[in-house]
Amino acid sequence: MSTTSLTTGPSWAKLPRRHMPVLATLALLLVMYGIGVSQYRAFSNIQVVFNVFIDNGFLLVIAVGMTFVILTGGIDLSVGSVAAMTAMVSAWLLQSGLPALLVLVIALLIGPTLGFLMGCAIHFFDIQPFIVTLAGMFFARGMCTFISNASIPITDGFWTTMSQYRIGAPRGNFVSISVLVAFAVVLIAAYVLAYTRLGRNVYAIGGNPQSALLMGLPLGRTRIAVYTISGLCAAIGGILLSFYTLSGAPLIAIGMELDVIAAVVIGGTVLTGGSGYIFGTVLGVLVLGVIQTLITFDGSLNSWWTKIVIGGLLFAFILLQRLIGIRYK
Amino acid sequence: MTDSRPVLTMTGISKSFPGVRALHNVDFRLLPGEVHALMGENGAGKSTLIKVLTGVYGIDEGSVTLDGEQVAFNGPMQAAAAGVSTVYQEVNLCPNLSVAENIFIGREPRRFGAVRWGEVRRRARQLLTRLDLDIDVTAPVASYSLAVQQMVAIARAIDVQARVLILDEPTSSLDAGEVAQLFRIMRQLRDEGIAILFVTHFLDQVYGIADRITVLRNGTLVGEYPIDELPQLALVEKMIGKELDVLERIEEQPRPATAAIESGAPFVQVSQLGRRGAVAPFSLTIHAGEVVGLAGLLGSGRTEVARLLFGADRADRGEVQVDGARTGLRNPVQAIEQGIGFCSENRRAEGIIGDLSVRENMILAMQAARGWLRPIPRRRQDELVDRYIKALSIRPANPEMPVRNLSGGNQQKVLLARWLITEPRLLILDEPTRGIDIGAKAEIQKLVVQLSDGGMAVLFISAELEEVLRLSHKIAVMRDRELVAQLDNDDTVDADRVMQTIASGTEREEASR
Amino acid sequence: MSDAGNRFRTMLGHRLFWPVAVLVVMLAANTIYRPGFLAVEVNNGHLYGTPIDILRLSAPLILVALGMTLVISTGGIDLSVGSLCAISGAIACLYISRAPDQNNLVTVLTALAMALGVALALGAWNGVLVSVIGIQPIIATLILMVAGRGLAQLIAEGQIITINSGPYRAIGLGHLLTLPLAIFIALAAALLVAAFTRRTALGMIVESVGGNREASRLAGIRSGRVVFLVYVVSAACAAIAGFMMTANVSSADGNNTGLWVELDAILAVVIGGTSLAGGRFYLGGTILGALIIQTLTTTVYAMNISPQTALLFKAVVVIAVCLIQAPAFRAKFGRRRPGAPPPQSSPQRQKEQVPA
Repeated sequence: MSTTSLTTGPSWAKLPRRHMPVLATLALLLVMYGIGVSQYRAFSNIQVVFNVFIDNGFLLVIAVGMTFVILTGGIDLSVGSVAAMTAMVSAWLLQSGLPALLVLVIALLIGPTLGFLMGCAIHFFDIQPFIVTLAGMFFARGMCTFISNASIPITDGFWTTMSQYRIGAPRGNFVSISVLVAFAVVLIAAYVLAYTRLGRNVYAIGGNPQSALLMGLPLGRTRIAVYTISGLCAAIGGILLSFYTLSGAPLIAIGMELDVIAAVVIGGTVLTGGSGYIFGTVLGVLVLGVIQTLITFDGSLNSWWTKIVIGGLLFAFILLQRLIGIRYK
Repeated sequence: MTDSRPVLTMTGISKSFPGVRALHNVDFRLLPGEVHALMGENGAGKSTLIKVLTGVYGIDEGSVTLDGEQVAFNGPMQAAAAGVSTVYQEVNLCPNLSVAENIFIGREPRRFGAVRWGEVRRRARQLLTRLDLDIDVTAPVASYSLAVQQMVAIARAIDVQARVLILDEPTSSLDAGEVAQLFRIMRQLRDEGIAILFVTHFLDQVYGIADRITVLRNGTLVGEYPIDELPQLALVEKMIGKELDVLERIEEQPRPATAAIESGAPFVQVSQLGRRGAVAPFSLTIHAGEVVGLAGLLGSGRTEVARLLFGADRADRGEVQVDGARTGLRNPVQAIEQGIGFCSENRRAEGIIGDLSVRENMILAMQAARGWLRPIPRRRQDELVDRYIKALSIRPANPEMPVRNLSGGNQQKVLLARWLITEPRLLILDEPTRGIDIGAKAEIQKLVVQLSDGGMAVLFISAELEEVLRLSHKIAVMRDRELVAQLDNDDTVDADRVMQTIASGTEREEASR
Repeated sequence: MSDAGNRFRTMLGHRLFWPVAVLVVMLAANTIYRPGFLAVEVNNGHLYGTPIDILRLSAPLILVALGMTLVISTGGIDLSVGSLCAISGAIACLYISRAPDQNNLVTVLTALAMALGVALALGAWNGVLVSVIGIQPIIATLILMVAGRGLAQLIAEGQIITINSGPYRAIGLGHLLTLPLAIFIALAAALLVAAFTRRTALGMIVESVGGNREASRLAGIRSGRVVFLVYVVSAACAAIAGFMMTANVSSADGNNTGLWVELDAILAVVIGGTSLAGGRFYLGGTILGALIIQTLTTTVYAMNISPQTALLFKAVVVIAVCLIQAPAFRAKFGRRRPGAPPPQSSPQRQKEQVPA
């Protein structure tokens, strides 16, 4: 019994290459933070970092859901509208006097239901995810204004508590409850992707759907599941958004799906599916948050620079993905 | 070996698709601890038989028994669970996942719902050690060669206590060393008592590993033979069959290489053209008015030769001369500029544009050559299209019908017309008569003769020897991705001699140089 | 009897049957709801009325959808058209707003030329990303969709640029031969695109590339150039639509000009019968699709429903159209149409499906 060593691919093809986009994002984040610290004295305050989390908690949660979808090679354009719809429905139900807990349950059910239906349409009728979720986006946004044309304030005690409660030292640094929720979502998602069959099937389907099918993996169930998860994350994001703004506004979060997709891509998840990590998505969201913070700190730069910089980063990272050739297909 | 009871029997299997009878009353049995080769030309029914066995298709008639019990699987997964695992030609793994995960995904050992990665890796290492494979199981599958990937796929297949292992053309993309590795593992598994069903197009490999052979032809069983009782030549004969000549004889005699053709200046001269992993370097000369037949079994590299000549794939060595001047054929556009046309064997994927009409499909190549700014005047289009619809008797004779609604034979004629309209000097026809009815076949053969009489060079690729012999001035024989011989089609050449060359590869080696 | 039945079935099978039917039903429903809906009156030598408004307001969408039709026909998609509308509108308005005489025709023409030039360059950027670098169209154009909005705001410095230019306003609100000028511009663009594609071989080559890229390559078509070209054409159409949108309100708003027009345009193309998978394209169908969308919007306005709620109806339309187009849906619920081609050589088709 002689063991033979077989020709393996070049060694550089293995580890660093797969992790390069995430490492690049991490480096970018550190550089940007460094720039901030060196340029603005107030930037070194740890609360700046906490604020990035507080201001982007809902984005993080939604991006986690999008990561699932993109890992299978799909896309979900409906998330921004679903988040807005969730906030809107909560505000409306609270206004009509339903108990907070019941409202929470109802609001959290709408998103996943819509996601489930979209997943079914994508799987059973073989329609492109882009189009189906576009219809979902129209539907959810339409529902928002159907409920009300104007923004509905939230005065419910539970909501205001969740919104204003500060965790941390009194008069010191703090985070909001939303941040804890976002962290919980991130940890659960990371666990699901790394340690459950569902998570592994997500990667397998993104890697090669036909192989996955021939290996006997439940293709349809997994695809429907990721859109349901994305819907659930959008709903949680919507609740956090309503904590953040203490209202439901019909036109909030327009175009958020683009920010979310950008964050996921900048976080190193490959848009053709099969490669990427929740950790990368966290970094991607932080990059967006730090860009915004830097631009706010600078004062002379205007908010539209955020979009231009995000577009530029999107281009750079897609090009990087292309050059590394992570697309195995 | 005949004493042992078959682990798997298939009896009286028939399977039809709309308009096609893919299998008719086929029997097949597989003994434990043997490597059993399933042989047949393309379309003989090998893949259908495997798919019927593993439940990808339902069975019209007949029965399958496994260990004496009748079974009917509803898909590859259920078959695998019952101990019948399949490894496909295209490696069906997820390239982005690790080796260990590819072996176990879908049935990972878990505790409280969480995958136990340590256990997955340990068991993967164990399994690969059994296959004498020492690789890093945490590395993504894509970082290993195809051969290793193939073995990982086998490891996945045998992990589920497989008793029957189906290997569907596992060697088609492996080099000689990798094939040897695979064979070593196959022998080992055989010695452990696993029954292996092996499908390949490479004759040497059959004789290198198989214990018995079952031959299919046109969906029917030709026979089952122990390997010792079926020499290579007999195998090739049984696979190809001596086709009864139902076609009208186009010419009674094989066409001799006329002195006029040979003495003329060569049109295309290829020297040591090759592409790694596709075809070994070959040299070939084609004169104007000459029909060069390219014979060989499926997968022997015939199509690859055609694609290199047309620039559809880029050659990585060798050179081409057209009219004595050195030229590059790096893409189809350049080849077309040199007067070369190519009808692909894969009509649907590489030939017709199904959405477009017969007329548009016909003028496409000519229009592409003119550029979009110079459209072919409609009257000229209609003239050309009418002429070729008549000349090739394309049915229905409606130039505005979407080409996808035509039958296979008529689609083929539309493709031919596409190139004839460009008036090429060399036309490459890859299996132009496969899968079309007998009448259309005769018409296409007649056309080839007419074209060459008119001075056009034709490279004619076909698995049917009779056809190649009837039409060609010169026959180039491919075997295992190598051009092994070039025979002048004179009185001394007949089907037996070509078959012998295909089978042994020894005929006139020097001719290919 | 059977003859009439056949004719009816042929009509049902015509690809424009359902779009026309939907448009007719919507117009009829409107007329029943509001009898004066179809009335057109002459005022000041110009025609006024809801039908005219629908035509005028649908002009920008028609323009964008025309370019989108070509892009989709090659199997691609262009998400950046909305941002391109905003950029071109902003550039034109900025230039005019800084000119000493905003009513000078030369000034306006210069502004238009500059804006169009920038749009063409951005279209070329999209084209290069897709055809040369080989990025998926949806992602390649997403970049400009995101960054383009920022660029438009950068050009306008975050302000809404208001101008007071007669010639520029005419693009959106002017009249010619009693009809709004915008209708003629859209019509001219449609005729131009039709001539550009159908009078040359471009249309066929686009359809060929979208229908089967590999087969087209083997027929000697340089598909990269064709793909590049359609993104440039799409950008040009978007730029003109952007002029129209900003001329309508005499101001350019980087945030809102052309917002979501890409989605409406894609919808119009799909309603018009062009498949998202690429292949055959139908300019007439696209125009019909754009009219349907605008009629829907106008109807919703007329019924005093908020424009955002119109999105609910759009969602229904998108799903309905996609389901009707989806082969999987037809196979499950549709009856086989008599003219449908029989499946040829199934085993071969099966074979093609299996390899990864």
